[in-house]
Amino acid sequence: MKFASRLVHFDSAPGDPLRPMATPIYQTATFEQEHADSFGQYDYSRSGNPTRRVLEDQVAALENGTRGFAFSSGMAAIATVTHLLKSGDEILADWDLYGGTSRLFGRVLPRTGITVRYVDASDPANLAANVTPATRMIYVESPTNPMLRIVDLKAAAAIAKQHGVLLCVDNSTMSPYLQNPLDLGADIALHSATKFLCGHSDVTGGVIVVKDAKLADEIYYLQNAEGSALGPFDCYLLLRGLKTLKIRMDAQQRNATLVAAFLAKHPKVSQVFYPGSPSHRNSEVHQAQARGGGAVLGFTAGSAAQAKLIAEHSEFFRISVSFGSVNSTISIPVKMSHASVPEELRGARSTPQDLLRLSIGIEDADDLIADLSRCLED
Amino acid sequence: MSDKSFVQPSTLQPATLAIHTNRAYETLSNSILFPIHQTATYIHDTVGVTKGYGYSRGANPTVNALEQAISALEGTATAICFRSGMAAISTLCLAILKAGDHVLLSDVIYGGTTRLFQQVLVNFGVEYTYADVADLNAVAAAIQPNTKLVFIESPANPTMKLADIEAIAKIAHAHPGVLLAVDNTFLTPLLQDTLSLGADISMLSTTKYIDGHNATIGGSLAMHDAELTDRIRFVRKILGTISSPIDSWLTLQGVKTLPARLGLHCKHAGIIAEWLEAHPKVAHVNYPGLDSFPQKALAVKQQKAFGGMLSFELDATTEESLRFIDALRLCTCAESLGSVETLITNPATASHCDIPSEQRSKLGVTDKLIRLSVGLEDPRDLIADFEQAFAAVFGSAK
Repeated sequence: MKFASRLVHFDSAPGDPLRPMATPIYQTATFEQEHADSFGQYDYSRSGNPTRRVLEDQVAALENGTRGFAFSSGMAAIATVTHLLKSGDEILADWDLYGGTSRLFGRVLPRTGITVRYVDASDPANLAANVTPATRMIYVESPTNPMLRIVDLKAAAAIAKQHGVLLCVDNSTMSPYLQNPLDLGADIALHSATKFLCGHSDVTGGVIVVKDAKLADEIYYLQNAEGSALGPFDCYLLLRGLKTLKIRMDAQQRNATLVAAFLAKHPKVSQVFYPGSPSHRNSEVHQAQARGGGAVLGFTAGSAAQAKLIAEHSEFFRISVSFGSVNSTISIPVKMSHASVPEELRGARSTPQDLLRLSIGIEDADDLIADLSRCLED
Repeated sequence: MSDKSFVQPSTLQPATLAIHTNRAYETLSNSILFPIHQTATYIHDTVGVTKGYGYSRGANPTVNALEQAISALEGTATAICFRSGMAAISTLCLAILKAGDHVLLSDVIYGGTTRLFQQVLVNFGVEYTYADVADLNAVAAAIQPNTKLVFIESPANPTMKLADIEAIAKIAHAHPGVLLAVDNTFLTPLLQDTLSLGADISMLSTTKYIDGHNATIGGSLAMHDAELTDRIRFVRKILGTISSPIDSWLTLQGVKTLPARLGLHCKHAGIIAEWLEAHPKVAHVNYPGLDSFPQKALAVKQQKAFGGMLSFELDATTEESLRFIDALRLCTCAESLGSVETLITNPATASHCDIPSEQRSKLGVTDKLIRLSVGLEDPRDLIADFEQAFAAVFGSAK
């Protein structure tokens, strides 16, 4: 079955004799036991819930994994992955990460004795050279947020395999429609489901997908023990949003390509970062591992003041963190989504002060370009 | 439009607070109920400037409305709501503990809490030991130089053993930097004011009495220390363990009837406890309101009522006890507690299944112990259900 069909053609209510088209919302905390000392498939919604199960199975299928897990946020998913490690273990991470991930790595993990070392993972040789005996996990995004740098996931997977460590890929900027990290050799694919999976800015959530049964059991244990699983109503909204992932992404990507081309030609724009552009650094790697450039792009405006002016003059682009929604948003990463990057790490990062991040929605491209054109002239 | 400025939380009674906490917040439409802000993100006024809400992982108005309601019950300035009770405990631990720190736990404690320490936090170098919280000397002796947190339940799940919260707070606070957290899920702040008794942190699984309808999974923390509150909120934002808007809204609806429900839960539990205790096939009943309960005086001292939870053992084998549970028709065998429905479980195979059998039995969590969360059904119907189950398993032994 093709991807568009898989999005809408799945068992939305396993075993339900009423055969509803949409998944029922099991808004319940607990389930009656079969006997005093034995349980049915479900016993307590922190441990398992039928609505969540449909979502988890569907996301696992779309990422070509075997088991999926839904969490109360993308950060809860990421925190859970780090809890696979223990004191003394090391994470080798690319330096360009979502600000919230940097904050988790810099502010919480050190207290638990887990260390994080940052490298430029877009260079496989450099990544390989930095693996140490303490390394237990390689953690990357591709394209990265917000610089949209490309990491060769197949190469990273080979390095991980060679050293017997886990490769975890945050696939939020691509979605399973455009890129499948597990197919490229990653052990763990995760998403902030708040972004493209949801697509409507109405759910805060995260998902993890894996292939390995033992790894799946470990993640399930943590999801239940730490109590961070996603609630049934949010699972329902995500299942609803997911059905239009392809048509949303197609429209957003078409718009993004047009916006990127417009910006690239504009005299007041210094640099455009869009993985779909042939001139984008490592674009040949991206084209080999992904099926499109996505709908997140960045550009530099010349100065921080100019960037702020553009953001605030825009009509269609709402100033907001997050990305991947049907409506276009604009943000200044260093002041917003990445303001939480720990001080000691800022020096190593080359996130420009004048970088604007755009998440392109499904509005008419003419309106978006006219809006940006007006903002740039102001 | 009525003047809402009369709402001065400090002057209102709990039943009123539970209903009216959020009146002053919804001013856009005069809606009686607070809206469900089912949104992930908020539009900035200008870059980096919001009205306090930027991204719902950090804060959300509907979650905040629930936090206001819980803080009114707790008597604190604010409260912090989580995805689950276990998310509340794990976020608390990750916020205040680091590798090498020690936690002292009640010996009788919810199995999920034990599991978190045994299987997860231990990987981060967090140490823990147990103490018999009914023995104050044992508690004092168990505090170590690296102890940072004393985490207890009272009444304890499922044996109902009590801990003298005031006395344990004094023991904990004799050591600088040691915090006392009390899981007050069984009673809620309306029946036991743990913070006034000296606890630093009050923890609730809101899934239970606070929601009361089995509709949500949730947890909360409340404390007077503003700096500690900020620290935990910050870590909640990092870990992404905040409650969701819809679950907060449903819980908020539940809170409104909490005072009314609790009154009935306590009344019904008292009736059932006495009836069970008088039954020839019942070996003993653990309920703080019974004269036979060894710590009844402590319950009278620190609780405002005896609660809706009890546990009991039949004068029978484990196999017969399990068959007795299966024979019940009205009482539902399911995990969780504190809901309008009466729920019955066998802790050894359910809530406490992760605790080794030998350790369990020593603490009174025997294989045949039965835990009962008494609901709001008419007690006569519950008693009739017990009677038919006794008859089904033991014949007309009565």
